[in-house]
Amino acid sequence: MGVVGGLFGLLGGTLRDLAPIVIIVAFFQAVVIGQPVENLGEIAIGFVFVLLGLAIFIRGLEMALFPIGEALADAFVRKGSLIWLLVFAFSLGFGTTVAEPALIAVSGEAARVMAAGGAIPAGEVSEARHADALRYTVAVSVGASLILGVVRILKGWPVHWLIIGGYVVVVALTAVAPEAIIGIAYDSGGVTTSTITVPLVTALGVGLAGMIKGRNPMIEGFGLIAFASLMPIAFVLVFGIVVEAWA
Amino acid sequence: MNTGMSLATDLMWTMIGTLRDVAPIAAILLGFQLGVLRQRIANLRQVLIGSVYVVLGLGFFLFGLEHALFPLGKGMASQLTDPGFVGAGRAAADLAWHDYYWTYLFAFAIGFATTIAEPSLIAVALKASMVSGGTVGAWGLRIAVALGVALSLAVGVFRIVTGTPLYLYMIVGYMIVVVQTIYAPRMIIPLAYDSGGVTTSTVTVPLVAALGLGLASTVPGRSPLIDGFGLIALASLFPMITVMGYAQIGEWIERRNLRAKSPDGALEGGPAP
Repeated sequence: MGVVGGLFGLLGGTLRDLAPIVIIVAFFQAVVIGQPVENLGEIAIGFVFVLLGLAIFIRGLEMALFPIGEALADAFVRKGSLIWLLVFAFSLGFGTTVAEPALIAVSGEAARVMAAGGAIPAGEVSEARHADALRYTVAVSVGASLILGVVRILKGWPVHWLIIGGYVVVVALTAVAPEAIIGIAYDSGGVTTSTITVPLVTALGVGLAGMIKGRNPMIEGFGLIAFASLMPIAFVLVFGIVVEAWA
Repeated sequence: MNTGMSLATDLMWTMIGTLRDVAPIAAILLGFQLGVLRQRIANLRQVLIGSVYVVLGLGFFLFGLEHALFPLGKGMASQLTDPGFVGAGRAAADLAWHDYYWTYLFAFAIGFATTIAEPSLIAVALKASMVSGGTVGAWGLRIAVALGVALSLAVGVFRIVTGTPLYLYMIVGYMIVVVQTIYAPRMIIPLAYDSGGVTTSTVTVPLVAALGLGLASTVPGRSPLIDGFGLIALASLFPMITVMGYAQIGEWIERRNLRAKSPDGALEGGPAP
């Protein structure tokens, strides 16, 4: 009963979350494009699933993902083992990224672009090999960025120096990287952070910062995602430079 | 063909796909729990039920997106970037950048709307509102981020139409971020940096990709392979600017109110801690 009641309350909130999409799609379809929508029945069913799914997911977020992230932070601090915490951070970043469907799509696309641009030998085998190499490069970079992010929380380093420094590196690399890889490199930063990883990592960061004396959860707790979106750009640019030098 | 039947099969496949995506995370969590931490989990029942909700909810959500929003949004993106629509009969080569006004407006609107519905952003906004004790409102943050994505897509479409190089936009954007970082309230900076990475996931990326690729194949002289990229990059940059801007405006209003009140001596000694 309590769960069902809560779900109904959530549905109201979710309806509000989705209202802009419905309004905008309806406006452009009716006023600008001015054509009737095909398969309206299927689209209506799909929309009901979007609504239900988002409401159920948010419930699950509060019941499972946030508590798990906080419990992990608590458990690692209690255990007092920095090495295991860092191993965990790396595994979480690497493990959630390497199988990410969006990344698989982008790295396949990237290999095609590079082959078309002559940066790598064309052909299915070569493209598949480079796509895999790129995928692992990005996954390692996300793992590394979570390590850096966790160390930064523990040490209390200010996030802006690291991020701005990172941008300087990215800008410098952009100047020497092959043209074809630049767009993909910048986009790869955006595709690495999945819907399940973000809440987990955020709760972990805030939990760690809350547990360590002298750290402010608002200032030190956030920032992990920022590293995970910056580092892949630099790694992919380096990947492009290395591949070009090799060829 | 029975549509109900094929929808049900589709739903099942989406669920299996979601389970497969969640599997590595579950394996890592379980491995560390059993192998390293070996601590009793508080509220195990609640966490397990919640995990089922996460998978179920995400599966439903993705299934619904595949059947409602993505076909609709991709169809609209391709129609709104079609030279026949944009040029109203003129050849694509004769079009100037301002002939694409519906495309800019669509990019802006769809960027705003999909970001409001983005589950990872909802999660971060919830957390930020909890941690800040409500100082950073969940809705304020979400709207600030959504405006950032909306602007970035409109600018990104302009970039593809005009064919200007991506790095120019990125470098100018970074410079604005650096300057804002100096002046923005310290509390908001990490959150603003995070919001860049959060915006672009489940809902936004497929639609943005469709928009970019459609546009790059429409505008003469653009290659979908090279110019279609970059929209997502801008969409992770602009929200940093708008979120810091949101905090800066909030601080400015607060300061102005304080200054308006202080002549009465009501707030002698500055704001309460």
